[in-house]
Amino acid sequence: MSSETDALALPAVYTRTAVALHWLIALLITCGFSLGAYMVDLHISPRKVRFYAYHKWIGITVLALVLIRSVWRLTHKPPPEEPMPRWQLRTTHLTHYLLYALLIATPLCGWLDTSAAGIPVVYLKLWQLPDLVHKNRDLAKVLVEIHGFLAWTLLWVVLLHTAAAFKHHFIDHDSTLKRMLAWRRS
Amino acid sequence: MNRSLALMVSGAALVMALVADAAGNPSIDPANSTIIATFKQENVPVDAPFKRFNGRIDYDPALTTASKAALEVTASSLDLGSEDYNSEVRKKAWLDSGTYPTVTFISTAIKPGAAGHFDATGILTLKGKTQTLTVPVSVSKAGTATSFDGELQISRSYFGIGDEEWNDVLDDKVRVKFHIIE
Repeated sequence: MSSETDALALPAVYTRTAVALHWLIALLITCGFSLGAYMVDLHISPRKVRFYAYHKWIGITVLALVLIRSVWRLTHKPPPEEPMPRWQLRTTHLTHYLLYALLIATPLCGWLDTSAAGIPVVYLKLWQLPDLVHKNRDLAKVLVEIHGFLAWTLLWVVLLHTAAAFKHHFIDHDSTLKRMLAWRRS
Repeated sequence: MNRSLALMVSGAALVMALVADAAGNPSIDPANSTIIATFKQENVPVDAPFKRFNGRIDYDPALTTASKAALEVTASSLDLGSEDYNSEVRKKAWLDSGTYPTVTFISTAIKPGAAGHFDATGILTLKGKTQTLTVPVSVSKAGTATSFDGELQISRSYFGIGDEEWNDVLDDKVRVKFHIIE
């Protein structure tokens, strides 16, 4: 995703847009994941129905923001990597690709699942989104499992991502974390 | 008004007699017909079909006064898409299908409308309560089959379906669409 050859020409921090999107998405997926994990085992109640609706709105918001962020990432060069061993760079890139993939796949799979379950998404109670597949109960059962699997995988990759950021900050004392905290004019 | 009140009073006997007729000598093709309830939760429309029903329609466009319709729907066959919700909706607070196993609609008057249309007035019995309503129906023929299509709207609170705590997330109005093939 990044080219290290012209690293010197690059600014040291991410753009404000990238930073804002990063933290907004981080906040939303934390809420979305917690709500999702909590709501599934609730007994049927108005609260449960409401939580499912909120969970879907969060997911759709994440999907939209991640797509914007992907376009932004492809059109705006990120700051150069801190000096680190090759295996770490590779792991970093792999983790980032995986994060983008999971951040798109997880909400998309949730949307597919709710379509297959015959419950359309009405975003913010205002706009009904199109169904991605026809109603099919067997398909919905499979998709809900995949959605859960993707969400838990995302959790582990996010934890790895967070642990790495802390490691760079507190052990290596480099600016990996700082460049995602600073503001730069885009 | 008085007439409909009188009909409501004698409703129970009438319903039983006519449903016995409908059930005993059904004319519709349930396998190719659909009766779908659409409710709205948090503004999300969700379709829930009734899987079991039967009935009889005697419709003669030339002689609408003699035409009649009777439908009997198995309350416990409402399919909300998951077993959790299906068993929930059978409970006392909802359809109470243990106490009220069937939902019936028995016509009391069929009035001709525009070509291919008629208005069916009848008594809907649901969860032990009755309501007289008039449903516009469109009729079309395809080969030997006749299809009757229409939609009606009921109020959950009128029939006592669902606790009050649900009113914030679940609309009171429930649409019921039917496509009956005979």
